[in-house]
This record gives sequence, structure tokens and C-alpha cells, in this order.
Amino acid sequence: MSVAVSHISKQFETRGQRAVAALRDVSLEVQTGELLALLGPSGSGKTTLLRIIAGLEIPDAGQVTFVGEDVTEKSAYERKAGFVFQAYALFQHMTVFENIAFGLRVLPAKKRPKADAIVKRVTELLQLIQLEGYEKRLPSQLSGGQRQRVALARALAIEPRVLLLDEPFGALDAKVRKDLRKWLRHFHDQTHLTSLFVTHDQDEAFELADRVVIFNEGRIQQIGSVAELRENPVNDFVREFLEV
Amino acid sequence: MRRANSDPGAARFLLIALLFAFVLFFLVFPVCVVVYEALRGGFALYFSALTADHSVSAIRLTLLVALAVVPLNTIFGVCAAWAVTHFKFRGKALLISLIEIPLWVSPVIGGLIFALIFGRQGFLGPWLDAHDIQIMFAYPAIVLATAFVTFPFVARGLIPLMQSQGSAEEEAALTLGANGWQLFWRVTFPKIKWGILYGMILCNARAMGEFGAVSVVAGSVDDRITMPLQIEQYFLNFGLQQAFALASLLLLLSALTLAIKIALEWRHLAPNIVHRH
Repeated sequence: MSVAVSHISKQFETRGQRAVAALRDVSLEVQTGELLALLGPSGSGKTTLLRIIAGLEIPDAGQVTFVGEDVTEKSAYERKAGFVFQAYALFQHMTVFENIAFGLRVLPAKKRPKADAIVKRVTELLQLIQLEGYEKRLPSQLSGGQRQRVALARALAIEPRVLLLDEPFGALDAKVRKDLRKWLRHFHDQTHLTSLFVTHDQDEAFELADRVVIFNEGRIQQIGSVAELRENPVNDFVREFLEV
Repeated sequence: MRRANSDPGAARFLLIALLFAFVLFFLVFPVCVVVYEALRGGFALYFSALTADHSVSAIRLTLLVALAVVPLNTIFGVCAAWAVTHFKFRGKALLISLIEIPLWVSPVIGGLIFALIFGRQGFLGPWLDAHDIQIMFAYPAIVLATAFVTFPFVARGLIPLMQSQGSAEEEAALTLGANGWQLFWRVTFPKIKWGILYGMILCNARAMGEFGAVSVVAGSVDDRITMPLQIEQYFLNFGLQQAFALASLLLLLSALTLAIKIALEWRHLAPNIVHRH
């Protein structure tokens, strides 16, 4: 088991209203080297779960572990989960090179690679995402698909134990989305980096993921492979959701 | 259908003429008078007025006050804007309103507060007296009173700027292992540096020009008053030419502030997110 959450609960307070439960007693294990999809309608709590795993949100109750280490009390910058944000969140004032190098440059002096090692690592990543020659561009000078790949390279630069992707293809047009999906699956087959991605698109989830977690109203409805979910939906929600 | 801006010519002409007359009379004319009066006796007299002992000490004190107040309120403003935009806490809306208090409270009251705290009959007065610490009628009180008046300038500009930028880039930096210090200097600061400069310029202009609050705490000792107070002193003592000479310096500061402000708004800050006072 690589990444696990157990009995996670989280409520959000909205002004003048009763607290809304975003997550209710959620437990989940992502196997080492697995590509897992969190699938559910918007507002079902899947992004909140991803943010809790990364340490960007603090759960009211429950535990998060990375490769057996309890990281519940650790802050996001100690966990260093590779996180790819929905709108990419690239550093607008930095070049592509500096964006990707960021995670290496902020390492403590003892662990920080030398300048030429950073150049080497970033160059490798640029090759991986097929954006050689773009290192001096600013994020505003890239297309959506290119930004997405830079965000991915930036997250991979720190060699994270787990890769978390929030609606990774949400903001892209259909053609680019298809290509990038294939590319990501191919990338995962090569690296087997434990990955968890959030989506509301079941085609995307079924095409990419090894297993799919169906989420609704802050609870896990069912976990399984595409075939398992289709053959044995545990409840009406899963059945109806998969039929649409 | 006729649109509003193509209404009958007469009304349109009248309104625009009125606006021009208003601006000329209330803004341009006084500036011209100050410059004319300052230079009427010739440049030699102008410079001798500016280099008179009283003028020099007033200019010096004003610069020293600004030198303390602007950094103080810049640090405060950045901290406040950071807290308000990056943390969730109760009473946030109230806090944002409270920061604005100095904008709608008369500066004299700002001065009085410090007089009540540090003055001889004040709250801390006897203790300060006993320990021979001079705050009232001296540099520390002038700095405090000026800081009170210029308190909101940096924060009020930065809060809407930082709110519009959101915290996505900061969150990304966190997941990449940046600590708080790195986060601020490498990610946030480059995004807000022009906003900080904008607030500092406004804060500086207001700090150097402040009269009301400082007049309560500065007393009337000649070598312990700032430029605006010295201008009044000259004026009351029939040193009209000197008063206008010193006033022309403050005007020059305002003109510079205006120029930098326009340049910043035009080059670096989207007009809709810059707060207007």
C-alpha cells in the first residue's frame, strides 16, 4: 500500500448556514504503482479529498499515510506530493525552466542539486513532456496543453512519492484532451508512479485508470475496475451514474 | 433613440465648462499662486528661504518621519493583506473595516489619542516621566501620529490585488516544498511588488503632508516641527515668501507622487484592482 487515507471527515462552514459535510468517513488505499481515478459529480468532495492528501486542507478527523508513514500532522511542504492543479497554477512571472526548477531550487542547501544538475534534470523533463526549446517562454505564451505538461513536469521534478491530479484535462479542448490522455497513460506505464486523479468524466476515468472510485455526497460509493463496476453496481447511484 | 451622451448640446457644454472652471479655481489656480509667490522675489530669495535654519530642520524632520513611517506601514500592510487573503478566520470583514478607520477619522483625533496615552496627564505619562523617556512633543510622537494617519494605505491597495490573484500559485509552491519565507519572496512578492510600491508612494505623500495629527503631538518648538507645521509658523509670523517656498516643495512632492502613481497604474496594475481613496 502506497498512499492511504482512513476515516477522513471534513466539514466546511458556510456563513449563516449549518456546516456542510464535504467528506464523511472516507477510507481509501492507492496501491503502489497504481493509477486510480476519483470519479463523481461536481461538489461530491473528490477535490477536497485530493487536497487533504496533499496537505492543502486539514481534515477534521482521520489519518493520511504515505508509504506507511503517518503524514497527517505534516504540512503540505513537508509531504511534497506532486500536485497538478486544475488551472495549472504555474508561476506567471517565471519562465518554463524556472517553473520546473522551482521544487529543486527551494530544497535546503544540503539537498539542493548543483546548478548544472538542475539544468540536466529540467532538460530531461522538458524532453519527457516534449517541450524542448520552450524553456525561456513564460506560461502566458503557451497553449493550454503545453501549460498542462509544464505543470506536470514541475510536479515530477521533486520526484514525489505520489502524483495527484485535479481534473487534469478539464480545461482543454477535445482533441488535445485525447492526446494528453494517451500520453499520460503511456507515461504511467513507463514510470509506475503511484497516481490519483480527479475527474467528473467517466470516459476519462475508464480509459485511463486501473481502478475507479465512485464518489457521491462526500462518501465512497464503490471501488473497482471498469468491468467490476459495470457488472456489479452496489447501489442505484452507481448504476445510474454509469448509465448516463 | 438618442443616447445619454448625445443630449442637447447646451447642457453638455455647460456641465463640461463648469467642471473645467471648478478644476481651474480649486486645483490649478492655488498651485499657480504657490509657485508664483514662492518665486516672486527671484531665485536667490527662494533658495535662501529654503536653506534657512527653520526650513532645513523642518525638511530634515519630515524626511526622518517618512523614513520611519513608510517602512513601518509597508510591513504592516503586507502582513495584513497576507493574513486577510490567505487565512480563514472569524472577524475578517470587521478587521478589513477597522483598518480603514484612519481614512474616516479626523487626523486631529489620531493625534489626541497619542496625547492621551503618552502626555503628561495621560495614561503612560507619569511612568514615562519617571523614566525620563520623551515621547510627546518629540520625534516618537510625530512618527506614531503620522503612522496612525497613513496606516491603511499599503494594506488597502494590496488586499484587493491579492484577493484577485488568489492563492493557487502559493499552494503550488507549498506542494513543491517551499517554506513560508521562500513562498513569499519567490512567489508572492514578484506578483505584488508594484502594488507595494504604489501603496508606499501614497503613504509617503500623505506622511510628508500630514498636518492635523502631527500638530497635536508636535507642540510648537521650532526645531521639532515638520514641513506642514513650519509652513504654518512662517505664515503666522508674516514670513509669507518663506511659507510659499516651503509649500512649493510639498507641491513638488505631490506632483512627483501623481506622476509615479499614474505610471504605475498604466504600466503594472490593472485599473480595476487598484483601490481608490
